[in-house]
Amino acid sequence: MNSLQKAKAKSTAIAATVFLAPALILICVYMIYPVIDTFVTSVYKWNGISSDKIFVGMSNWNTLIHDSKFWASFMHNVVVMIFSILLQIPLGLLLATFLDASGRKANIFKIIWFFPYLMSSVAIAFLFNYILATNGGLFSAIATLFSGHKVNVDLLGRNPQALFAIIGVMAWQFTPFYMVYFIAGYGNIDTSLYEAAVIDGCTRKDYLFKIAIPLLGPIFKTACTMSLIGSLKYFDMVFNMTQGGPAGGTELMATYMYKLSFSQFNMGYGSCVAAGMFILITLIALLFQKVFVVKEDY
Amino acid sequence: MNNAQEIDYRKSKRNSRIAWGVAIFFALFWLVVALVPFVFMIVNSFRKQFDMLSQGVFHFPDPWYFDNYPNIVKNGFFGYFGRSVLIVACSLVLMLAISACAAYPLSRMTFKARGLIYAGIVAMMSIPMHVTLIPIFKMTNAMGLRDKLFALLGPYVTFALPMSIFILTAFMMTIPKEVEESAEIDGCNKFSNFFRIILPLSKSGLSTLAIYNGVSMWNEFAFANTLLTSPSSKTLPLALGQFKGEHSADMPLMLAVLVLSALPMIILFIIFQDKLVKGMMAGAVKG
Repeated sequence: MNSLQKAKAKSTAIAATVFLAPALILICVYMIYPVIDTFVTSVYKWNGISSDKIFVGMSNWNTLIHDSKFWASFMHNVVVMIFSILLQIPLGLLLATFLDASGRKANIFKIIWFFPYLMSSVAIAFLFNYILATNGGLFSAIATLFSGHKVNVDLLGRNPQALFAIIGVMAWQFTPFYMVYFIAGYGNIDTSLYEAAVIDGCTRKDYLFKIAIPLLGPIFKTACTMSLIGSLKYFDMVFNMTQGGPAGGTELMATYMYKLSFSQFNMGYGSCVAAGMFILITLIALLFQKVFVVKEDY
Repeated sequence: MNNAQEIDYRKSKRNSRIAWGVAIFFALFWLVVALVPFVFMIVNSFRKQFDMLSQGVFHFPDPWYFDNYPNIVKNGFFGYFGRSVLIVACSLVLMLAISACAAYPLSRMTFKARGLIYAGIVAMMSIPMHVTLIPIFKMTNAMGLRDKLFALLGPYVTFALPMSIFILTAFMMTIPKEVEESAEIDGCNKFSNFFRIILPLSKSGLSTLAIYNGVSMWNEFAFANTLLTSPSSKTLPLALGQFKGEHSADMPLMLAVLVLSALPMIILFIIFQDKLVKGMMAGAVKG
């Protein structure tokens, strides 16, 4: 390397450092440090306010491993995760396929189908609390209409219906996101591919199932990963809609953690639950990546 | 055309007509599913408190009652609204500036740690914010920012960064190298390159990021609920809980709050909806 190249490499390194510094500093302060701090706090008994933090070693972790409430919440997360992937992604793909096949004249469908994603999870929680209400809600009203006498449909007050009601509302909220994602995926497929397929005698159906959808493969993987991580850390809507009830039937890891930390001010154990949540999410995401890669190799 | 071919042709035409019929039925069905909660929300927000139970949901309000909206405004709705606008605008500007700066060297410079830093930032995308909630609560208290609107700035900017840097890096990679090289010959250094060439060319990527992150910051709940406590500093997503606390039984009034808080996003989306898909095509999908 001559001196000119060296000087150039040096000036590039300086420029890169200057450009990257703000992002890296913020990520260290608000993401990396807090994750480490969560693990540190998990070995203390602490109420979040007082200055006396008592070191308790692994006792929080020991409690966590035997905490049936935590594992029940984890199982709820897993159920939500499975149904999210099974509902949101196929539905999103179906809607995107329809829009891709019908072109610009279906734009009004695209706009209206996207609406649910624009509402906040908190607003959705309040709205669906009213829609699903036993008395005066939409489902009760429909059931009353069809049966001819007054029926009260209790979706949020009982288990396991409550969890499935939440899964349904989540599908309502997040399907539009995957729809746009798949529309973009279809848009990225070269149009010459379709022309070539038509010349070779492909019908629209053949093109769709044998060319377009297989080409979306990598996008599926990313969409599934997003849905998976999203449903494992789900919080806002459940926290505002059922507060984890009835009888803990819709408790998720994040709502359990939040209530421990900020309602009961048991921040030591709350941190431990948060750390456990972090480990479980990372493990599941890695496992999923691994399984998916193996499948692609065949 | 011989006979067998013609039958084949007719058959496939009929099949595709059936397929379209099914598709359109499904499309209309989903249209209803997507729309009914909105109709429910809007129509019922024009009722009086007790009319909802006595009239039933299938009847239009009788009479239409418009006072819910002025009542909300009187109770400080635009305070929440203004604070949300302020924090989202500040966070967005800062976030876009910082992520564009970071994406520039990652996409268009070669230096030693590039791959490592990029991989690190991508890995940050899967950190659940709830894991950082307690430490950030502690930090905010220590900085004396508890219950201050701008306590949200750091978390909002930072948690939008990894995804935005990832998308912008992919976006900037598609800008041809020659553009920059010719500018360099004309005497531009890295900094003027960035501001004069790369940034203007990344506009459509930036606007997509603004839409997506704007929606999620506008709707953010967990950080706001943890870091803000008094009604005079709360943002719009918390206003719902606040109004519910004050008018717990008044369902139509609550629905009016929902309408007003969802409306800005819907209007902005209708204006900018084309950008949404284009930006996605440019960045996110490549991952």
